[in-house]
Amino acid sequence: MKIWIEKQQHLIDFTLASLARRKLKNLGLLTVYTLLVFVLASVALYTHALRTEAQKVLAGSPEIVLQRLVAGRHDLIPPGYLEQIGRIRGVQKMEGRLWGYYYDNVVKANYSFMAPRDLNIARGEIIVGPALERSRGLAAGNGISFRSYSGELHTFIVADVLPQTSELVSADLVLMHEADFRAFFKIPDGHYNDIAMSVANPQEVRNVAIKLLTTLPDSRPILRDEVLRTYASIFDWREGIMLALLSAAILAFGIFAWEKAAGLSAEEKREIGILKAIGWETGDVIKMKFWEGLLISLLAFLLGYVAAYLHVFHMDAILFEPVLKGWAVLYPRFTLPPHIDGLQVATLFFFTVFPYTAAVLVPIWRAATTDPDTVMRS
Amino acid sequence: MIELTQIRKAFNQGKHNEYWALDGIDLAIPDKQVTALRGPSGSGKTTLLTILGCLARPTEGRVRLKGEDISGLPERFLTEIRRQTFGFIFQQFNLIRGLSAIENIILPAYPTGQPRKDLLLKAEALLAGVDLGHRRNAKVEWLSGGEQQRVAICRALINDPEILIADEPTANLDTRLSKEFLGILEKLADKGRTIVLTSHDPMVVDSSVVNRVVSLRDGRIVDAK
Repeated sequence: MKIWIEKQQHLIDFTLASLARRKLKNLGLLTVYTLLVFVLASVALYTHALRTEAQKVLAGSPEIVLQRLVAGRHDLIPPGYLEQIGRIRGVQKMEGRLWGYYYDNVVKANYSFMAPRDLNIARGEIIVGPALERSRGLAAGNGISFRSYSGELHTFIVADVLPQTSELVSADLVLMHEADFRAFFKIPDGHYNDIAMSVANPQEVRNVAIKLLTTLPDSRPILRDEVLRTYASIFDWREGIMLALLSAAILAFGIFAWEKAAGLSAEEKREIGILKAIGWETGDVIKMKFWEGLLISLLAFLLGYVAAYLHVFHMDAILFEPVLKGWAVLYPRFTLPPHIDGLQVATLFFFTVFPYTAAVLVPIWRAATTDPDTVMRS
Repeated sequence: MIELTQIRKAFNQGKHNEYWALDGIDLAIPDKQVTALRGPSGSGKTTLLTILGCLARPTEGRVRLKGEDISGLPERFLTEIRRQTFGFIFQQFNLIRGLSAIENIILPAYPTGQPRKDLLLKAEALLAGVDLGHRRNAKVEWLSGGEQQRVAICRALINDPEILIADEPTANLDTRLSKEFLGILEKLADKGRTIVLTSHDPMVVDSSVVNRVVSLRDGRIVDAK
């Protein structure tokens, strides 16, 4: 066993010396390889963290949201709906919600206006999300005016700024009193944008949804599970788009790595011949090259993955943010809490380290099995 | 003792350019003697040397090492024999560029799994024996031809082989360095090593160090004295 360990140490020593002797080639390869792992790992880490975060946030959202449709389009809920829903068995709590979008010409961005029931906001005051704090330079006590869709100018005082922790969903929020909201968007009393409700028994959510459709045929119940699924598919789609865009780069790397790994220089072939002639077995030469491939790919994997981790979780994925984060003009800026999926790491490891190490071995095996007497004639 | 019986070696066998480099060689290499293989280019000296040193297998015939037939052994076993029994000094030295003299010397011992510390001590003693201790850490490409050859000799000796194989050892050396080489050869012979070399350099084959000269032509032995 001791001899075996010594032998492996010798092989690794020689491998490291070999890598150092071909600095330029190996550094180039390491750089490109690291870059590829960095890109793939960034996309994987980012989408995974985003998905996990979205799921966490949505876990606290209502089980059913009821919208009303007119001619297939979302319309306001008229008075009387809340009473009718209250008579359906299984509905535990319900709440008419008021929300809307507002386009701010100044920063050319969309805000989400809301009138929350659970927050006490005085008339004439608003609470804003961190993105507004940044883009409009707002702070508590500042005043801000918005021109409503009817052309009137409404002025509000910023009472507070929402904390960063909830930024994924609150970045572009503007919270205000119900009366202010109704006045701003000209929504009459008793009308709502939708109704959020919770169901006593989670198993009954679908049955309640069916009852809602029967009672209110012009309504559209949206289940939380469906929203979660939609979010998941959106993130999957975005990840797919990103990977499709990168596929050319991945292919280019594949060709580059294959050529570098598979093509042995005359110098390398000569060295293999010498090693065989002086008593190295074919297996020793293959092991040595195996270590070489493994060291490069493992190092590239570690460097690339750590760089991706820093990029995603400490630099807000600055490179892929526009593609991966959202379509709103006002991109939410938030720091994702790190989420690492073991299976994802293993998959990435398998698809980056394994092919390269294998690609290195094929030509070496061919070269290492040639007769050692060729070295006599070189 | 190495014994060759009816050795024939073909290259490109079965193809239109088939060529028989050796054609019926019967030869015995005695222990603890210096044997020189002499002959013009294409006479088969190097091919014969590769068969003697287990670097290649004959197409036909038998090779016996210490009485044991090794001509049919698989490559793996031949490698082991090569490592344990033979040390090689190549015409072009075949040192690995980018590595220091001492690193080149210990390379053949890597597969034996001996501790690095022991190998370095051994290599240093060998370098001191050829007056090259001061060039221990020099990269081999910085060494002169004579120094490179001495490093190659040390490398050949690191596994303490019984038999040394040298292919045209003075082909790249001037007269002074050739004399130095013969001096080293004499020391090795005095210590009881078996040495087989190829050469058409009269300075080598006519030297008193060489006990026996085998002359080849067209793949056959024409003279052995």
